[in-house]
Amino acid sequence: MLIPHPLLGPRDAQEFTYLGDAALMQRPDPQAGEAAFADYVFQRDNPAGVHRELWYHEYGDRSWLVVTRDTTTHEILGAKLARNVKMGLPE
Amino acid sequence: MNARLSGGLIDRSKPLSFTFNGRTLQGFEGDTLASALMANGIRLVARSFKYHRPRGIFSAGSEEPNALVTLGTGARAEPNTRATMIRLPEGLVARSQNHAGPLGFDLWSVNDLAAPFFAAGFYYKTFMWPRAFWEKLYEPAIRNAAGLGRLSMQPDPDSYDKGFLHCDLLVIGGGAAGLAAALTAGRSGAEVVLADEDFRLGGRLLAESDPLDAATAADWVAKAEAELRALPNVRVMPRTTVFGVYDHGVYGAVEEVSDLPGAPLRQTLWRITAKRAVMATGATERHIPFRDNDRPGILLAGAMRAYANRWAVTPGAGKVAIFTNNDDGHRTALDLQAKGVNLLGVIDSRAGATPFGDYPIFAGGRVTGTSGRKGLRAIRLSWNGREEELSCSALGVSGGWNPNVQLASHHRGRPKWDESRLAFLSHGGPEGLLPAGAAAGEGSTAQALASGQAAARAALEQLGTPAADTPLPQGEDRQIRTEAFWHVPGKGRAWVDFQNDVTVKDIKLAHQENMRSVEHLKRWTTLGMATDQGKTSNVTALAVMAELTGRSIPETGTTIFRPPYTPVSLAVLGGGDTGKDFRPTRLTPTHHWAKAQGAVFTEVGQWMRAQYYPQPGETHWRQSADREAMAVRSAVGLCDVTTLGKVDVQGPDAAEFLNRIYCNMMGTVKVGKARYGLMLREDGFAYDDGTCARMGEEHFVVTTTTANAGLVLRNMEFARQCLWPELDVTLISTTDAWAQIAVAGPRSRELLSRVVDDFDLSTEAFPFMGCAELTVCNGCPARLFRISFSGELAYELAVPARYGHALMQRLMEKGADLGVTPYGTEALSILRIEKGHAAGAELNGQTTAQMMGLGRMVSVKKDSIGAVMSRREGLAQDGRRLVGLQAVDPQQAIPAGAHLLATGAAQTMANDQGWVTSACYSPHVGGHIALGYLEQGEARMGETLVAANPLQDQQIPVRIVPAHFVDPEGDRLRD
Repeated sequence: MLIPHPLLGPRDAQEFTYLGDAALMQRPDPQAGEAAFADYVFQRDNPAGVHRELWYHEYGDRSWLVVTRDTTTHEILGAKLARNVKMGLPE
Repeated sequence: MNARLSGGLIDRSKPLSFTFNGRTLQGFEGDTLASALMANGIRLVARSFKYHRPRGIFSAGSEEPNALVTLGTGARAEPNTRATMIRLPEGLVARSQNHAGPLGFDLWSVNDLAAPFFAAGFYYKTFMWPRAFWEKLYEPAIRNAAGLGRLSMQPDPDSYDKGFLHCDLLVIGGGAAGLAAALTAGRSGAEVVLADEDFRLGGRLLAESDPLDAATAADWVAKAEAELRALPNVRVMPRTTVFGVYDHGVYGAVEEVSDLPGAPLRQTLWRITAKRAVMATGATERHIPFRDNDRPGILLAGAMRAYANRWAVTPGAGKVAIFTNNDDGHRTALDLQAKGVNLLGVIDSRAGATPFGDYPIFAGGRVTGTSGRKGLRAIRLSWNGREEELSCSALGVSGGWNPNVQLASHHRGRPKWDESRLAFLSHGGPEGLLPAGAAAGEGSTAQALASGQAAARAALEQLGTPAADTPLPQGEDRQIRTEAFWHVPGKGRAWVDFQNDVTVKDIKLAHQENMRSVEHLKRWTTLGMATDQGKTSNVTALAVMAELTGRSIPETGTTIFRPPYTPVSLAVLGGGDTGKDFRPTRLTPTHHWAKAQGAVFTEVGQWMRAQYYPQPGETHWRQSADREAMAVRSAVGLCDVTTLGKVDVQGPDAAEFLNRIYCNMMGTVKVGKARYGLMLREDGFAYDDGTCARMGEEHFVVTTTTANAGLVLRNMEFARQCLWPELDVTLISTTDAWAQIAVAGPRSRELLSRVVDDFDLSTEAFPFMGCAELTVCNGCPARLFRISFSGELAYELAVPARYGHALMQRLMEKGADLGVTPYGTEALSILRIEKGHAAGAELNGQTTAQMMGLGRMVSVKKDSIGAVMSRREGLAQDGRRLVGLQAVDPQQAIPAGAHLLATGAAQTMANDQGWVTSACYSPHVGGHIALGYLEQGEARMGETLVAANPLQDQQIPVRIVPAHFVDPEGDRLRD
């Protein structure tokens, strides 16, 4: 698989570590309580189809990316720096 | 020996010797093992998988189901190689396989007599009762008799490698279509990789007698190859099989680099990333099942033609017949005749068939049986209402051609039936893979050339590269008419799948037993499995099944293929990552020094660390480790602790960032001080600890455990980029940049004072948990941390990694009179257990800060990763605590992992009170000690329990003590 790194161009998936659902970026407010954290820690979407996931370029520039991937075809619809996604910045 | 025919692409000036089953034989350069065996008149080359039927060479390519042989000897013996794909080298040693006793008299061929009992699914039906017999009797006996070749059971002595290639266009197959595609794309300037499984480019062109323009096909191929090889943007890779298509245009290929024993490199696994690919993989001929159609001497007609034209051999010394349902069979007849082969005639299943030349034709005829135990002697012909036996030494069978669409199925593309061509064509293949030539059903030379070029042009257009004008030669453009004729009905066994011994009867039986889907059929009969993956049988089986069910072929189903296209050895998939090369080995900066001291090393993750340093007279590791530990307690010891992960954290928000990473408060650490820190996972469990030293207002140096160095950085980067990108902080791993040496023991200050440049080491100036940047040994930059893992007065001194070796030497020299002693991981472990410091066994991912006695470290004044979840009910109520354990009999070792039980209690989970995490003999205590987690541990000091190890029936009485065996008040540290 090739991942289109927004800074480095297409990179082999072997250079990355996979984490999963990009919802992990939405850490609850510490005041939100245990239930909110239990949801955050233990509940994940695992859709058959288009999915936003976190990949870490561990054997590369150590960027965390949000990769939009179709889990049924492995088609990659886009990859953005997680940092920019979180801060609502453009590419 | 059969006489060689005239012509062929063999070099008669270069004879080669080889052996088959111990017999020395001759072949020529350009031969395959199969053609050389044929030239020597050897027809019986193998025994079949199930019935041990005599078998011969059936094909001339990678589809070969029968002629599997073992090559080489000793550790290099390689079973199940296809004789048709082996380029004959000088001195090749080949053996037949799958027989007991000599090949000509296989004792296991009794299976053939018992064939009625061995029908499809016989394993499931026969070996059912009595139940106990399966493991004891049936399975060992079956395993012994079944299977193909045998492994040498020795490590593979050969070398393998892997590599990466990138190109605009990957051309898979070097036949007419592939060469046309490669020439077109190559001349246009595209980066091209041309791969072919054969050792010679040309594909089917080499097997035919037709010219291209005025030249022979082989001459044109040679010219095309020379041009391609001269183009800098084209890489020509013969003996390279593209075996699989993976995501995003990644193709897997194996290159046979050398077949000579002891060559420096045998095979390379290539991962080819191609923007586009042309699937010019050709076609495989089908056969027509009839009674006893598996005798040596019965071949695919196209293969027979290839043997005659390319290798100048014929499989039979006497008359040769052809059985066909299409025009292509006649082409074989004509070519054989032209080579002077004695042709019996062509049996054409089509009633109105007419000959293409001067030979007898049996239009509407069928072959209904054969005879000849170890090779074909006669065929039974049913023609014009008569049955007659005709003497004949070889029979070519042609049932039409199947395009090789396997690669197009690797992404779940499902081939579609094309009624006009009577073949499956690729459908829904992977993006960017363009079929061409015979693989696309375009089988004549002219069609193949044109479609190869068209595919290349389409690819170039998609890539925005203008296509250069590439004239193609004139090739034959025969129209091959085929009439569906799938098998000759009748009595006896008619083989569909030779490799798995599956007959038409087996398919009928499976159908009667309600295996109605193709997938069930395959699994019940094993059709299409093993090394050939049904290349010569799948479609025929599907057609037979369609006939049985009265449905059309498309209604019956389709067949799908998975990688690999042909067998790939596990060795090449490993690509050299074996033994010590399986993963990188990391050496500490003092490794070579330690080696020179005679240190014994241990693997810690990827690192090699000194485990202990045996001295003369020490015969057991514990003597060394105890001596080293005592030296630290009484004088001073040195230990390389470079392997601990180090992360440099810098930026205006560094303090705030670390507050959120560590469960305890880090923002309040003063410049020049370090603090112990504990990291939690977001689910509230503890996962790593270390120190956090504040080198400047905006600069921290964080250490992690050796094992978690990578993970901690990953998690910190996650927090920095994905959770709190608004914090202005940067991270970098400096684990390999700094050599760090622990200098521990009451005389450590004295030793250090001899290497530091103008630095006040007094407790007043540099107290416990102090950190500083300084220079040592006259100007070497360094970092000093006053931290202790042993409980003694101790420091860790870091210098740039390249000075680590020299620093160790200098410290040893300067400390000689102080009794300086290097110590390894064993002593390190003893020292930290004696001090009650947690390590990997205490931080195993199932323990919490509270259990470690560090519950109050989890700050409630701030948010940090894991803080909320660490307070959840289940974790907060866990009463287990870290305690020390002392063996009641000091000489009795306490097994790590033992469970703690009340004295006399039954060893049940209900009675379980905790477990032992780490244990050692403590030279300081003078007895065996341990750490462990115990229910309500803090409140049970002095109580006696049993550490039970039911696996070895051990029950060791232990006393509960505080988890500090040394200096519980911590005075030594602060001295």
